[in-house]
Amino acid sequence: MSSVLIVAEHDGATLNPCTSKTVSCAQSLNADSIDVVVFGDAVDAIAAEAATLNGITRVLTCDRSENSNPLAAIIAPQLAALAKDNSYNYVFGPSTTFGKDLMPRVAALLGTGQISDIMEVVDAQTFKRPIYAGNAIITITAAPDRIIVATVRVASYRAVADDGSASIEATTTSAQLPAHTRYVELKSETGDRPDLQLANVVVSGGRGVGSKENFELLYNLADGIGAGVGASRAAVDAGYVPNDMQVGQTGKIISPDLYIAFGISGAIQHLTGIKDAGTIVAVNKDLDAPIFEVADIGLVGDLFEVIPELGKQLGN
Amino acid sequence: MNKVMVCMKRVVDYNVRVRVKPDQTGVVTEGVKMSINPFDEIALEEALRLREHGKASEVFAVSIGSADCQQQLRTGLAMGADRAILIETDQDIESLAAAQVLLKLIETESPDLVLLGKQAIDNDCNQTAQMLAALWDRPQATFASEIEITDNSLRITREVDAGLEVIDVDLPAVVSTDLRLNEPRYVKLPDIMKAKKKPIEVIAIDELGVDTTPMFTVSDYATPTVRSKGQMVDDVAGLVGALKDKGFSL
Repeated sequence: MSSVLIVAEHDGATLNPCTSKTVSCAQSLNADSIDVVVFGDAVDAIAAEAATLNGITRVLTCDRSENSNPLAAIIAPQLAALAKDNSYNYVFGPSTTFGKDLMPRVAALLGTGQISDIMEVVDAQTFKRPIYAGNAIITITAAPDRIIVATVRVASYRAVADDGSASIEATTTSAQLPAHTRYVELKSETGDRPDLQLANVVVSGGRGVGSKENFELLYNLADGIGAGVGASRAAVDAGYVPNDMQVGQTGKIISPDLYIAFGISGAIQHLTGIKDAGTIVAVNKDLDAPIFEVADIGLVGDLFEVIPELGKQLGN
Repeated sequence: MNKVMVCMKRVVDYNVRVRVKPDQTGVVTEGVKMSINPFDEIALEEALRLREHGKASEVFAVSIGSADCQQQLRTGLAMGADRAILIETDQDIESLAAAQVLLKLIETESPDLVLLGKQAIDNDCNQTAQMLAALWDRPQATFASEIEITDNSLRITREVDAGLEVIDVDLPAVVSTDLRLNEPRYVKLPDIMKAKKKPIEVIAIDELGVDTTPMFTVSDYATPTVRSKGQMVDDVAGLVGALKDKGFSL
């Protein structure tokens, strides 16, 4: 009998779809059961959403006021206690900032190592993951008879169907919660545009966009075609856009059906964030920009002329 | 605060295009430029600024690895660290063992703050800070882009997927640094000369009594499948046509 415990990611209101992709990865373990645990404060609606994930056995809820914000120091002892007390064989989380923050703390509390960014399950103990910004893929095997704690590179997986009806059970843990870490606030500038990690189409800008004001061109184009908006590290560092738009090795790893890059040269660290995109379009005035080497469609041109014309020809 | 401990890893330089060895047993590191992991360099810079602003009295740098790591520790000393400690080993140390080793040092050094990079750009694991905080039973503030000191706590701004999250953590704490926390200083020649006189203490890893037996084995290193170059179009009409051909109706 082998069992998987997956920690759900949510924003207090709805389930983040990366949870579904983590379930998708866990399914390839061929385990006997997959449980999803939701930590939060008043999580009924989120639990109900999680219960529809196809292929899971149970949804567990840890409902308490201390869980109202996703602090690793608070959630980790509860998740570790739940995993240990119920002898789970695997504890998985998404490789998002939530999962990256939380899971190593859980692993250490369980006295074990962690496998980060699983992109493929080879067998029950063996996995593939990227290193060196995706320049190499390693096959890594965990020692037997030890709980496996891991994060899942969600861009490598498709969401599971949402026609399931798993049971929902409230649970509590014996974990002692610390008072040394306190949530203050979340500052978010992202408006109503689709989440980068979920959007089917992403329009993205680099240093070549030139200014914060010029990014309005990209926002207009994106809004016309229902796209999310991303950026290269250079554009974020230059202050054109907030950090949560950064795509790449240290930003978001995304897998839209269509990625349109404007004024992005294509550093390896950026390319590692888009290698799972369906189709990559690059518009750059420099014919020698490395992004053209990986682009499915390339156009050498001035983005300030191309973007308005593209918007017009797409009927927006 | 009194002491700040900065953890630094020696890694293949950020600008090197890393290649898998033909026999797939590893990546090519012979003759390749090695540097301080860029995120750890940011951690050191932040520690130095804290000291320069009178918020910390001592900054010491720690590395775990081969004798060659002394080169990176020397760079750290030239940047301004007061002293350095090398935990010497020729073995590849996994994150949990690294955290256990660092905890041993914490027990003797009692730092008020531990700063380190959010991830090493070699294995991209992003684990050590969180594991160390767990073993130490202290707060963690990962992916920090701003650190503000108040009496006995820190207010940290963290770069998260949804934006910027602000948390308060009591000291002592472990903070992992993100790219936009600061821009590390350049080392000047006189500083390099001065750094030669600063002490590097070398401790053999076996002396610390930590079990460093690997929990994972790596059986294969593969070159990822590369995307191939597609078609070039001449103008926007060509682009729209190519998108239509691929089945996109935007």
